[in-house]
Amino acid sequence: MKRPARLSPARIGLYAFLLGAAAFFLLPLYVMLITSVKPMEEIRLGHLFALPRSVTLEPWATAWQAACTGLQCDGIRGGFWNSVAIVLPSTVLSILMGAINGYALSFWKPRIGQWFFTVLLLGAFVPYQVLMFPLVRAFATVSLYGTLPGIVLIHTIFGMPVMTLLFRNYYASVPGELFKAARIDGGGFWRIFFQLMLPMSVPIIVVAVIMQVTNIWNDFILGLVFAGREHLPMTVQLNNIINTTTGERLYNVNMAATLLTSLVPLVIYLVSGRWFVRGIAAGAVKG
Amino acid sequence: MKSKWHRWPVHLALAPMFATVLLAYLGTVGWSVRMSFSSSRTLPIGDFVGLTQYVKLFNNERWILSLQNAAIFGVLFIGACLVIGFLLAVFIDQQVRGEGLLRTVFLYPYAMSFVATGLVWQWMLNPELGIQATLRGLGFEHFRFDWIVDQDMVIYAIVIAAVWQASGLVMALMLAGLRGIDDSLWKAARVDGIPRWRYYASIVLPMLGPSFATAFVLLAVGVIKVYDVVVAMTQGGPGTASEVPAKFIMDYLFGRANLGLASAASTVLLLTVLSLLVPWMFARQRAAARASR
Repeated sequence: MKRPARLSPARIGLYAFLLGAAAFFLLPLYVMLITSVKPMEEIRLGHLFALPRSVTLEPWATAWQAACTGLQCDGIRGGFWNSVAIVLPSTVLSILMGAINGYALSFWKPRIGQWFFTVLLLGAFVPYQVLMFPLVRAFATVSLYGTLPGIVLIHTIFGMPVMTLLFRNYYASVPGELFKAARIDGGGFWRIFFQLMLPMSVPIIVVAVIMQVTNIWNDFILGLVFAGREHLPMTVQLNNIINTTTGERLYNVNMAATLLTSLVPLVIYLVSGRWFVRGIAAGAVKG
Repeated sequence: MKSKWHRWPVHLALAPMFATVLLAYLGTVGWSVRMSFSSSRTLPIGDFVGLTQYVKLFNNERWILSLQNAAIFGVLFIGACLVIGFLLAVFIDQQVRGEGLLRTVFLYPYAMSFVATGLVWQWMLNPELGIQATLRGLGFEHFRFDWIVDQDMVIYAIVIAAVWQASGLVMALMLAGLRGIDDSLWKAARVDGIPRWRYYASIVLPMLGPSFATAFVLLAVGVIKVYDVVVAMTQGGPGTASEVPAKFIMDYLFGRANLGLASAASTVLLLTVLSLLVPWMFARQRAAARASR
């Protein structure tokens, strides 16, 4: 790629626009960070953008282990571990389901499969509110409502459309001859899946893991409704801590808690880079 | 090879998907639609009251308000995301320095949850200690930016937060579209003496049509689903000023125990989604059929 040697006025305008936009996008992160290390006295002065005069890590400690929701003052760490307990099995299960579905649809082409797949894709766009109440009742009937397996199953159900789409599209790019050769060698349904297709799927599995961990970690409404009091995910606890506090609001603790909650998806995003974008493109563009 | 017994593992493997589609999607939708024709309050009742719940719904001020908010939010949010996302993508595509870093910066909010987004902006827009107070402290004593506590302006405050979160997504989609356009087009345009802006307005923009359609559908569905960011940022307030349809339904389902009315509202949402979605899927399928021919 050639770079223009000289900066023309147009280029200067271009960079000014991009840097201005970057500042707008970075501003909330900056404000979160500096607010979270300022003592409350400094915050009360009302200089939102000023750098802290004295840095304290106490808000972070408080947010992690002592911030209150109502009468309980255990911080956000409980929510963190709840989210971990929800995200791990949900990610594994939803990806496995997606891979099996995608493989069966792509290579074995059952006739009614295509019809179901179309309905499933439409289902990805249905507002949760339409499905929520009947699912609550159904889950309550089989004692899954408000349990860890229940919320894992919910994430598997709601993740199925995109995961199936992701793997179906990936397997569509695998040469059909490969599958035919495996069939001629006497491979059955599961053997071809586990020994041939799954090992070939590593790139798309990475994309799927990034997508699912981020989505499930960031979920609020499903955790709120289905997880039950014992397993409330971190996002729900964060909202409870910040929006239901009585007495003085500790803005530095609030911002530390918000950052803590955002840490997992942000780290995934920064580490995964292009893979994250690939997930967006694969989930959104093809269809 | 086509004998039937070969195929039973296929159907067995797809059984969870079949069950999900039938029970979790079709079954629940059917149940919700059925409930919207009943007089159910806390518990589902199997009676039939015709369109009563729909009449009540559209006479409900809070629902009308939430629809108005969704309309304002939808137009501004989608419009702003598309414009900002497109501009960012075009400007980034000019072989600028630090392209990777800029892309990372523009997209990182999309990795954050709506809850965190709402809470950060709640803090920044806090009139006593946020942007307003800061600028007043700098000498602009009459500076006003208290949208978040202003009944007439609060929905615009939510638009700002949501645009911040989602316009990077549009940028990523547009950038992928731009990279798919052949460089020789610009070379040909330049030979003809066409200015750069004209090239983008008349040639690139129409070619990005499919990317725009995809971004539009994703954002529009986001508008219909919008819930978390409102709950985190304003809890629907001040008063009910930032009420949105999804929150209205949640409140009537779980707080106010009016299953019939909530089901009517969710059926209206569902029909809105389908009216957006079906033309889009249809258009894509036709485009795909044309491409394969």
